[in-house]
Amino acid sequence: MTKDRNNHHESAAYHVTGTAVYIDDIPVSSDALTGKVFFSQVPHAEIRSFDLREAKKVKGVFAVLSAKDIPGINNMGPVVHDEPVLAEVSVQCIGQAMFLIAADSEASAEEASGKIKVKFREKKAILTLEEAMKQGKPMYPARFIISGDVESALKRADHVIGGEFHTGGQEHWYLETHAALCVPGEGDEMRVYASSQHPSETQTLVAEVLSVPKNVVEVEVKRMGGGFGGKETQGNHIAIWAALLAKTTRQPVKIRLCRDDDQKYTGKRHPFLIRYQAGFSKEGILNALDVDLNSNAGYATDLSRAILERAMFHAENAYFIPNIRIKGTVWKTNQPSNTAFRGFGGPQGIAAIENIIDRIARRLGLCSAEIRRRNFYGARSRNKTPYGQIVKHNHLPLIYDKLLVSSQYLKRKNEIDAFNKKNEFFKKGIALSPVKFGISFTTSFLNQAGALVHLYTDGTILVNHGGTEMGQGLHTKIRRIAAKEFGAAIDKVVVNATNTSRIPNTSATAASSGTDMNGMAVKDAIRQIKAGILPIVADHFNLKFGKPKTRLTDLVFSEDHVIDDRHKERKITLREAANLAYLQRVSLSAVGFYKTPGVFFDWNTGKGHPFYYFAFGMAVTEVLVDTLTGAVKILRADILHDVGDSIEPLIDRGQIEGGYIQGVGWCTTEELRWDEKGNLLTHSPDTYKIPTAADIPDVFNVELLKDHPNPGTIHHSKAVGEPPFMLGISCWLAIKYAISASANHRKEPELNIPATNEAILFALEKLKSK
Amino acid sequence: MKKISFILNGEKRFIHVEPNEILLDVLRDRMGTKSPKCGCDSGDCGACTVMLNSKTARSCMIFAIETDGQEIVTLEGISKSGLTPLQKIFLEQNVFQCGYCAPGMILSATELLGKNPHPSRYEVQEALAGNLCRCTGYTPIIDAVLELTKKQV
Ligand code: FES
Ligand code: FES
Repeated sequence: MTKDRNNHHESAAYHVTGTAVYIDDIPVSSDALTGKVFFSQVPHAEIRSFDLREAKKVKGVFAVLSAKDIPGINNMGPVVHDEPVLAEVSVQCIGQAMFLIAADSEASAEEASGKIKVKFREKKAILTLEEAMKQGKPMYPARFIISGDVESALKRADHVIGGEFHTGGQEHWYLETHAALCVPGEGDEMRVYASSQHPSETQTLVAEVLSVPKNVVEVEVKRMGGGFGGKETQGNHIAIWAALLAKTTRQPVKIRLCRDDDQKYTGKRHPFLIRYQAGFSKEGILNALDVDLNSNAGYATDLSRAILERAMFHAENAYFIPNIRIKGTVWKTNQPSNTAFRGFGGPQGIAAIENIIDRIARRLGLCSAEIRRRNFYGARSRNKTPYGQIVKHNHLPLIYDKLLVSSQYLKRKNEIDAFNKKNEFFKKGIALSPVKFGISFTTSFLNQAGALVHLYTDGTILVNHGGTEMGQGLHTKIRRIAAKEFGAAIDKVVVNATNTSRIPNTSATAASSGTDMNGMAVKDAIRQIKAGILPIVADHFNLKFGKPKTRLTDLVFSEDHVIDDRHKERKITLREAANLAYLQRVSLSAVGFYKTPGVFFDWNTGKGHPFYYFAFGMAVTEVLVDTLTGAVKILRADILHDVGDSIEPLIDRGQIEGGYIQGVGWCTTEELRWDEKGNLLTHSPDTYKIPTAADIPDVFNVELLKDHPNPGTIHHSKAVGEPPFMLGISCWLAIKYAISASANHRKEPELNIPATNEAILFALEKLKSK
Repeated sequence: MKKISFILNGEKRFIHVEPNEILLDVLRDRMGTKSPKCGCDSGDCGACTVMLNSKTARSCMIFAIETDGQEIVTLEGISKSGLTPLQKIFLEQNVFQCGYCAPGMILSATELLGKNPHPSRYEVQEALAGNLCRCTGYTPIIDAVLELTKKQV
């Protein structure tokens, strides 16, 4: 591979030549079979009977399986056992897996699928969040975070506003659909090539379903063609199905969902319905917030509870609100189980509070950016979150000041107001929105990571760690970290595919924490290897050079050498050092481990310290809205984002740009629509619109906040995967501003997420008739 | 089954195909050219892009049998004698993240630059608008294309 400056993605050379290997590219033996899943087409029914005989007779079909054929536990729910691998007595959503087929070709599998006969007794289905809430039976009892006295603060407030706010779901649209390849080995051995963000969980569930111990199931993840949370738990499903078929047929089985199936039947971002009451002063200081967050979990728990909790932890975003009651409830519907998606509930909570701030500004006739500033968490006071954690190293005011200047916010806002006065059909909007995002898994025990590092006698380094690569550049950052710790050149380091046999019992690569945790584990492993080498090198120098002696503390690893810092002529290459250590029978391999210190939370009290630190960012977006069609053009976006000391600036920028655009997609064009029977209507790229190259801002300025190292993290960096997603909310707020301009900002537009062209037109119409 | 032939990445290849075999599947499963990817199966994402008689085409929407006697180039063919300047700048500027969209994106950009060596930003956006990318937000890709055209004045 190229040995250039190497500041690019570790797979970049494979990406640009089309040689990067994804699941579907792995060469398979000629006996490999195609797996297919038969999905329920009714949302809620009892299974009266089924007949697989005709399907089994189809030429080329090797197996047709039902729940009865599962040797182990019929569950693939990651936290709660409420998600059957194959439906047994009832189906609870369209897209619930019922049967599995293995065949020698896609066509045979398809034919067999068409011959499966099922008799259902249909039951009433709950197909919307509103309907579920009307029935009044939450999936779990509501959770609360309470601080201060919201009731009396609302009574005392100069102004009170209240309302309802909806945020829509979002399809992940990773370019590589769900896929897995399972290869049976001797006895119970099963090798699983998965597109999964959580190989250890894939391993656990495959083992449980096959009824074999974990030590015979090996899960490997080389890379994913995008994940975004969609493969945090639901990549498991495909792997489990393929493993079942492989175990039964004793042949390799590959399942790849086609786009339509992936989009229709797998989980998405949770839609939320948020009810609120906010009390504020004449100056726009938010003193009281009563907010009720409701999420649509779909038919099974999946990660819904943790996602709701993160929404609650972000319901106040960047703002100090002394009297607050945050209530959160998860509701069950007969839809595919919703799952993790970049931001993990954060976007829903943050969008709600940003909408409230926007309303306050409009009500008071003040600038919304200024209202935001007035409510930001303070540096020394006004810095306690509703759940009791202090916001330390708060960069919000700093970022605000810098971004206001670099984006020329005030000047442009005046120009926009002038433009809007002159133009009847085109309206412009501008908005600033901040993000304060808590970093750590809120389920505290998940904050652990492992690594296994080998130094070979040729001076090259192989790094294994528990994180998975989905495009976010984790392996690239890990490579940089390992090179720096060893003082080695980047091209001496290779990061291996993630594999449960090499790193066991890992957490998902999620919560933006991949680099923070695995980077630290890698560092820990390298520290041990270096500690083994140091005495050997010191002895070597002392034998060779005599006095004054080289002390262990004098030795540094730098530029591919081990050097005596006080006597620079004493140096040997890393390769020589490795060889010396090898000859002295010293291990050049070490296991590293890390656990994030000091994170805990108690839901009984609603208090704790759930986050190791916070990441901050801010964006200003300007849009042009055609009020006759509802079409939106993003004219300019300015972002200033805090990543601590960036480990790989190109990677971090990419995360910020891509995250923002994905956030914009959620806020604008990405709309999930179902028919009254529960079928997803927007199930392919021709009806579900993610941003294209033509939809991005005309001018896009992205800056990293400089000179603010993050204490206590790997190389003083900060997590970056999720936080920028929420900056896309500034685009939604800008659209709302443009709509509001059509009524001279005197009336409150009714706008939810997503603001599709259609929704914008409705909002404009309503404003006229108000 | 019908025997057809086409020129794939400069080499004449013969193959028996069923009339309903899709070009993308034939290229990936039978010809060993894995760079075209399946992203949607419906002509909307551009991941399966190949050059058919020097024009980009969606190989998921074409029956292999239709390509009898024609010329097909995939990213493997483009990269045969080393990286092109476009691939190089994409590499240097680290434009991709998961990389799944890369083969299609590179072919679309290659076609654009062949037709129009000095496109405007808008023209680049339009040329790439049929290639979906979920990771990058497109900006680095577009910027790299534009920078390359500046270099080659
Ligand atoms: S796979 Fe052909 S266009 Fe998407
Ligand atoms: S880099 Fe992942 S889809 Fe483009």
